[in-house]
Amino acid sequence: MKETRLVPDADFDSYYGRPILKGPVWKQPDVSLYFFLGGLAGASAVLAEGAALTGRPELQRVSRVLAAAGITAGIGALIHDLGRPARFLHMLRVLKPTSPMSVGSWVMAPFSGLATAALVSDVTGVLPRLGRTAGIGAAVLGPALSTYTAALIADTAIPTWHEGYRELPFVFAGGATAAAGGLAMVATPASERGPARRLGVMGGVVELAATERMRRRLGPLDEPYRQGRPGVLLRAARALTAGGVAAAVLSPRLPVLARPAGAALATGSLLTRFGLLLAGRPAAEDPRHVVVPQRARLTEPVGTLSG
Amino acid sequence: MSNALYGPVPNVAEQAGYQDPPPRMGFFTDTSVCIGCKACEVACKEWNLVPDDGGPLTGMSYDNTGALGANTWRHVAFIEQQVPARQAVDLGMPGIGAPGAQTAAEPGQDADIRWLMASDVCKHCTHAACLDVCPTGALFRTEFGTVVVQEDICNGCGYCVVACPYGVIDQRKDDGRVFKCTLCYDRIGDGLEPACAKACPTDSIQYGELDVLRARADARLAELRADGEAGARLYGNDPDDGVGGTGAFFLLLDEPEVYGLPPDPVVTTRNLPQIWQRTAMAAGALVVLGVASFLGRRS
Repeated sequence: MKETRLVPDADFDSYYGRPILKGPVWKQPDVSLYFFLGGLAGASAVLAEGAALTGRPELQRVSRVLAAAGITAGIGALIHDLGRPARFLHMLRVLKPTSPMSVGSWVMAPFSGLATAALVSDVTGVLPRLGRTAGIGAAVLGPALSTYTAALIADTAIPTWHEGYRELPFVFAGGATAAAGGLAMVATPASERGPARRLGVMGGVVELAATERMRRRLGPLDEPYRQGRPGVLLRAARALTAGGVAAAVLSPRLPVLARPAGAALATGSLLTRFGLLLAGRPAAEDPRHVVVPQRARLTEPVGTLSG
Repeated sequence: MSNALYGPVPNVAEQAGYQDPPPRMGFFTDTSVCIGCKACEVACKEWNLVPDDGGPLTGMSYDNTGALGANTWRHVAFIEQQVPARQAVDLGMPGIGAPGAQTAAEPGQDADIRWLMASDVCKHCTHAACLDVCPTGALFRTEFGTVVVQEDICNGCGYCVVACPYGVIDQRKDDGRVFKCTLCYDRIGDGLEPACAKACPTDSIQYGELDVLRARADARLAELRADGEAGARLYGNDPDDGVGGTGAFFLLLDEPEVYGLPPDPVVTTRNLPQIWQRTAMAAGALVVLGVASFLGRRS
């Protein structure tokens, strides 16, 4: 990407260069991992229901495992991240539309129950109708589970996150489907792999395109995504996802590529989450990202930056 | 609820659901009379039992507190600036040589130093992002229009920390919960003024009804401007600003960013409708991808 430094370094005032905003206190890898696992689980629930409707038992089983295991592990990571883990249930004290975390909790709680019930029924054969109904419920909640985390980080004061609000949900939706399709490709026999492959390819393409578009729009605010460890992670993620898409497209003719392609798609999605989240701290702690756009807004009211 | 997310709100406590609430209370911090004594920091710590967070000396100025945080609810900023020299006033003191001969400044002395001191605090925003994003309801609006954390509810999710456009609220690492200024909720309910305002020796920190404080601030600003203090400005007093005006506002003598304050903060939830809209579109796209992946040749 072309380096466009629109604003010279020294051209802003600050209090001894100290941060204005506070960076995220979220634990790592917990929260990045949760963002990945929640996305994976949500998209897998959709894939599972498609497999059930079209009579693909192997793909259905694999996707149900991914959905149930993904959300269970994800919730574990999330609870571990809390400053007061014992108070996890306080998340369900209220439902607040102004808090994406609150809305997400109310999506996640029933999803985890439904996805687990669907898996248990599928594996044991107990109450098959109820199991399918639970699976449908999980598939209905899945897309919201996969994307609310984008709203969560967009609804913050951190300029690099907030200003990406138009594309972030698509980055996360694409990444979730790339991960679900990719891991299902790895674990599903070739006879039922088709939908997983197509889902992985389309998800990967959406993830790449949305990320690219977001970063172009961010302009100077993209800097935290270019530098340091987040930069390395996001470059690796882009290479893995692009490679995974290409290999997945070729895999019907070269079946040996299918599993590496799926693994690359899932890893690319994982590293994208880590890159985006780890960039939050440097983005928050650089006062330039706060002062320069706000100052520009004050001197020229019709600015291109909002929020 | 009009202007629930953005814009002026005439009665913020009433909008939060209180019937017939008391007047909105707040702080007017007039930094032009702040002497940097940090009595506010000490009084706040004492009254609110805020733990010590004394680190090493910052080495940058007389400010060794650094910033607001979980354990710093008042923070006195200290800024040393070079400013153009002012015309010295002739005090008629005895000197050497003929009267009037030595009044011109010496060469190289065309710059003066000035010190800016300002006691920063939670802004108690009209549109408080911390309160909006709090998933547990631990953060709430009091009947006085202030924003307070209920420490028995907070589960330490940390969302408010990244939502605050001023970087005020923070997590206590050893405790896990978040903490910030309560505007001495326990004192003002009993008709007392908050500890920092009580301790301030110059009345730089003034506590009272927000409407009264705003009028007083306007008068003070006019006075300073008339005295030639061109850099004087109010910060946070405008109900039309990005956070709907703040309950704690300031009279500053320079640009806000010089004091470590954002020049034009906007509550992040102003864009929440668009954020949810884009999220719904993306969730829809995910469904489309899911359906599309089952179309085509069976394999």
